Amino acid sequence: MKLPFGLGEKKPGPAKHKGHDAAECRGVMAFSHTSEVIRAESVLKAAGFMVRVMGPPPDMRTGCDMVVEFELMREPAARRALSAVSLAPLAVAPVRAGMLEPVSLFQSVDFGQWLMVRAANMKVTVDKKTRVIVNISGGGCPDVPALAELMVGCTLDEAPAPLDRGQTLCSYALELAFREAQRQLPHEGSPS
Amino acid sequence: MSAPWLIVGTVPDDGFGLVQGACVWDAGKPLEDRLVVDGIAVPVRRGTPALIAAACAACAAMDIPAPLTLLAGDAGRGHGSAAAYLRLKENLPDLRPRGLTFHYLFPDMAGHDMVLLTALELAERPVLVADAGFMYAAKMSGQAREYDLFTPDAGELAFLADELAPHPFYTRGFLLGPQADTRKLIRRAWEAGDAAKHLLVKGSSDYVVRKGEILAEIHGPRTPAMEAIGGTGDTLTGMATALLMSGREVPEACRIAAMANRLLGQLAQPTPATPVAGLIPHIAEALRLAQRS
Repeated sequence: MKLPFGLGEKKPGPAKHKGHDAAECRGVMAFSHTSEVIRAESVLKAAGFMVRVMGPPPDMRTGCDMVVEFELMREPAARRALSAVSLAPLAVAPVRAGMLEPVSLFQSVDFGQWLMVRAANMKVTVDKKTRVIVNISGGGCPDVPALAELMVGCTLDEAPAPLDRGQTLCSYALELAFREAQRQLPHEGSPS
Repeated sequence: MSAPWLIVGTVPDDGFGLVQGACVWDAGKPLEDRLVVDGIAVPVRRGTPALIAAACAACAAMDIPAPLTLLAGDAGRGHGSAAAYLRLKENLPDLRPRGLTFHYLFPDMAGHDMVLLTALELAERPVLVADAGFMYAAKMSGQAREYDLFTPDAGELAFLADELAPHPFYTRGFLLGPQADTRKLIRRAWEAGDAAKHLLVKGSSDYVVRKGEILAEIHGPRTPAMEAIGGTGDTLTGMATALLMSGREVPEACRIAAMANRLLGQLAQPTPATPVAGLIPHIAEALRLAQRS
């Protein structure tokens, strides 16, 4: 007998585990500044946590900000790892609707001798033969000019990773473009 | 003497402090010393110094006084930008500028709202131009239409068209890819209230837009290397600022600035490795040609 409103029907897709969805077991940590988010992500990854940065839900947004998404069940261990480097989240909350993912699309332009890679609003241009960064453009946050001063003129191996020095979401976008340039122009002998 | 035009931005040095004063661009001096703000030499590599240098060079070419500037030292933590926002709140009522160009500033919504409110409370409403980080904050605040001009590039236009994105870093993929239609993005940004009254969209083609409608398209001359050079968007906003200072209406200022920026590429013949400072000496000639076109 067919029941109304789909009752009794088998739901499509893989069988669910008993308990919560994976998404329901994830939480977000908010910090006082984007630079702390960047550090926290690095510390937690180094400590073996599965984390990623996300856009905060609308009611938590202040401007140039992001949160660290992590396994909520491991909150005490994550706090300990952060505390060891004097970091403490301002707030921890379960993942909820309205969160945004960082960009994951890249666009490349081949100028012959040079390759330009764009991620979101940031572009890095590299000499394909020498792998020297010749220009950085785009962005709107104040650390972009500071990062450009440090990176232009360095090879893709020598240049500081933008996230090591950056403070803002633009530096995070630059990090993505930088990593993609490294991927597209691997050092001779290194796996591509 | 007419009311001043103020350019507000940052230099990537936390120790720079907060400097407000007249700008001088001396083409005869060594490159590192050509731009002087309130007696302090400011290197022109990209960012707000490139915008100021372009505005000064354009003002000199049009024989009008250079703008004032408020420059904050800020390498990304936002403290310098916050100090600039406070200074604006205190000083704008006395300065009574006829125009404000906001640039590389930490996109903090509270700081933005404080500055915008102060500007809107002036007896005579100044012309408001925003680019870079301050444009991000203006869009996110929901008050984009209070501005007379935004100058986004392709990635930033996609961000303006994404009503959910608080920063270009979170722009959704379907708006960012090569299949994205510039006309649709312009329309979408305006209809959502996330675009200024005018846009100057810079890219392989430039678009001058008023209230979501394209008024002019500038397709040439093309110098593809310009996209790779850090600071070419800043020279464009700098020249548009100077043209607004000269009394041009926003659409005409944008059209001439876009054409002049393209001519900079033709005159300087840059490669993707050229620094933006190599373009600025060509501004006078580029503007002369653009105004004739």
